[in-house]
Amino acid sequence: MKYVHEFRNAELARAVAAEIAELTDPNRHYKIMEICGGHTHTIYRHGIKDMLPEQVELVHGPGCPVCVLPMGRIDDGMAVAERPEVIFTCFGDMMRVPGSKGSLLEAKARGNDIRMVYSPLDALRIARENPDREVVFFAIGFETTSPSTALTIQRARREHLHNFSVFCNHITLVPPIRALLDSPDLTLDAFIGPGHVSTVIGCSPYEFIPTEYGKAVVVAGCEPLDILYSILMIMRQFAEGRRAVENQYSRVVPWEGNQQALRCLEDVFELRPTFEWRGLGSIPYSAVKIAPAYAEWDAELRFAVPGVRIADPSECQCGDVLRGKLKPWECRVFGTSCTPEHPLGTLMVSSEGACAAYYNFGRKAIDKSEVSA
Amino acid sequence: MCLGIPGKIVEIIDEEHGLVKADVGGVRRAIATALLDDDPAQVGDWVLIHVGFAIAKINEEEAQANLRALEEIGEAYQQEMADFRASRII
Ligand code: SF4
Repeated sequence: MKYVHEFRNAELARAVAAEIAELTDPNRHYKIMEICGGHTHTIYRHGIKDMLPEQVELVHGPGCPVCVLPMGRIDDGMAVAERPEVIFTCFGDMMRVPGSKGSLLEAKARGNDIRMVYSPLDALRIARENPDREVVFFAIGFETTSPSTALTIQRARREHLHNFSVFCNHITLVPPIRALLDSPDLTLDAFIGPGHVSTVIGCSPYEFIPTEYGKAVVVAGCEPLDILYSILMIMRQFAEGRRAVENQYSRVVPWEGNQQALRCLEDVFELRPTFEWRGLGSIPYSAVKIAPAYAEWDAELRFAVPGVRIADPSECQCGDVLRGKLKPWECRVFGTSCTPEHPLGTLMVSSEGACAAYYNFGRKAIDKSEVSA
Repeated sequence: MCLGIPGKIVEIIDEEHGLVKADVGGVRRAIATALLDDDPAQVGDWVLIHVGFAIAKINEEEAQANLRALEEIGEAYQQEMADFRASRII
């Protein structure tokens, strides 16, 4: 437990780890998936794996929205960004994601007007200030981000801002979980639920996981101790023979979510019948598009977006890593042709992607295998 | 983009449009509070800020703990703060 001193309350962390060890049945294996990129990052950063018995395995799910966006959508975005009348705006994370013709950062270097923004409201302000240009916002993210985009679109309508539109790539959290649970080659025992997405959707959307699939879910906060404690809550469920949705992060996440945010989503978006996820293929009802009432602000309608579909490079194994089948370092190009400086796959781009997190902090995990060898 | 950062509301800018000024580690920027309309945020409240919107109210202790955890994350947090600093929504 080399890294325990980094915890804010090392004493407590030690006690939690000890109780996890006590509850672990030496004759079985526990496979727990976290589905929040922030959790993935923290798990590697703090060597949490190092504090768990070897029977408890952590696998990383598709919790980073940048990581699961298919290449075709980047190419579609770039087609819009290359139009001379367009100011294309996106989050910083998106700039480096490789499309088939390179990244948006490279397109910017070629002279296209592509700007990084912190908030969709920054993009709206740029539209206000440039009435003779078309300002497009490249929207991505789970339910933590989609209400912000929804409010921005409502605001554009209220302001009669007609030179603003949104290229919508918002995805929803629950359908990919169901898809993972339905895939026959994947065995999971429990989920660490994402904290911030859950502030919006609440905890009840996870109820089907214990009732239909018999798996445990604990919604967890972002600190290392939160993650460790949520693993303990999962282990207690196993020891007591229960499976349920529990909320470790109740100090921030209300069980019923943020109703105001959910109403905004309902007003502005509608479900897409299907959406493609990088590495996971098409998942029904797993993304939203802009509803007809707000069609005027839909960049896909305004610019006749090409709708490009491109297979991931064959040497990439992002899909297997996203489904928890392979560990990042088991991908055949990990650390060789795929690095944070030159990412081949998206999991290497964002610091919340499992491959980048492991690349940056993985030594802690390697230490353990060296110790146990 | 995925990080939520804790900030303290220091000023109401535009009540009708739900715009306030928030202080995040000494950096003050306008953010939107419209997602908290069911329980409006007041000056002095701590909120979790995500892409320029307050998505949840939190207490001060939670905010401080959250900030510490973010600082430990290092580079991603530095980037998020640089983006926040560059933000101008009005
Ligand atoms: S190493 Fe690169 S290609 Fe392989 S899974 Fe990770 S991001 Fe994908």
